[in-house]
Amino acid sequence: MPPLLAAILTIFLFQLGGEVLTRFAHLPIPGPVIGMVAMAAGFVLSPRLLALVRPVAQTLLGHLSLLFVPAGVGIVSQIDVIRQQGVALILALVVSTLLAIAVGAVVFELVARATGNPPPEGAERRK
Amino acid sequence: MIDAALIWSYLTQGSLIWLTATILAFVAGDWCFRRTGRAPWANPVMLAILIIGALLLGTGTPYTTYFEGAQFVHFLLGPATVCLALPLYLNLGHVRRAALPMIAALLAGSATAVVSALAIAWAMGVRGGVLASLAPKSATAPVAIGISQQLGGEPTLTAALVLLTGIIGAIAVTPMLNALGLTDWRARGFATGVAAHGVGTARALQVNETAGAFAGIGMALNAVLTGILAPLVLHLFQ
Repeated sequence: MPPLLAAILTIFLFQLGGEVLTRFAHLPIPGPVIGMVAMAAGFVLSPRLLALVRPVAQTLLGHLSLLFVPAGVGIVSQIDVIRQQGVALILALVVSTLLAIAVGAVVFELVARATGNPPPEGAERRK
Repeated sequence: MIDAALIWSYLTQGSLIWLTATILAFVAGDWCFRRTGRAPWANPVMLAILIIGALLLGTGTPYTTYFEGAQFVHFLLGPATVCLALPLYLNLGHVRRAALPMIAALLAGSATAVVSALAIAWAMGVRGGVLASLAPKSATAPVAIGISQQLGGEPTLTAALVLLTGIIGAIAVTPMLNALGLTDWRARGFATGVAAHGVGTARALQVNETAGAFAGIGMALNAVLTGILAPLVLHLFQ
């Protein structure tokens, strides 16, 4: 099989496997996320799988942001929601995002210090 | 010019013109992004959405007509999510060396994002499908859209909320963490990836390479965790 087709087929099969599993086991996790975890495990087990998928994965991830556009444009069909609840949603986004970054970074530093895990060589701190 | 009108109405019903417009708008957005020196507020996805949105409203084209063409791009989100296994695998060494701080920061950051967003919106009267659309907003877009669908949310609203989350994070992260006096690039990057997914990761990569690598891991791990946390936390508010 041509390598490009084999790589695409492999990626589709992992996604399909994830979709089937999440439906049958009634998992709350989306099928592609299960496919992602399974494929990361597959990379650990098989260097051949990594070599096969890597070029296609890099190409696809290199254009990841383009893929959000069609769903994002759907906001034009949500104008009523924005008009009625836009302020609440924006406030929730701003506060929760800033809070989550601050909490995550503080917890990381505290736990790293408590467990004696300093930044590795070559990854110097911000001056 | 009846011919031109006929051709136009024929084209706007087909897939090709909206697929072409999607890529053209993104290329234009990306050009603006580069021209501003990659400023976080000039996000190419946001610009592309504004261009297409204005085009649809201006021509009176319904979103469903547009999506018939654009779905071919949209479809690739699923396979792209599977491919996030690649950066996850490539950073496994980092994950092993700093496993404890990462697990703690992942749980704290992810839970803070979901709980605080839902609590604020709920307190301001947001309910039902809109609340479900908000729950996964810190996860990377393909994952968040999938979660939103499963929770009875509106995927298109989620896509916009996810994008705004990333832009807010990318704009605020550097001044805020400087003010807090946090100097460990691993902590700064990881927390940014957890809270502000790919847009935040791109920003972290601009600032520092280590921060970028850790942001990528944070994004990938939170894609998994949000799938578990978002339904649980949403349940508390329903």
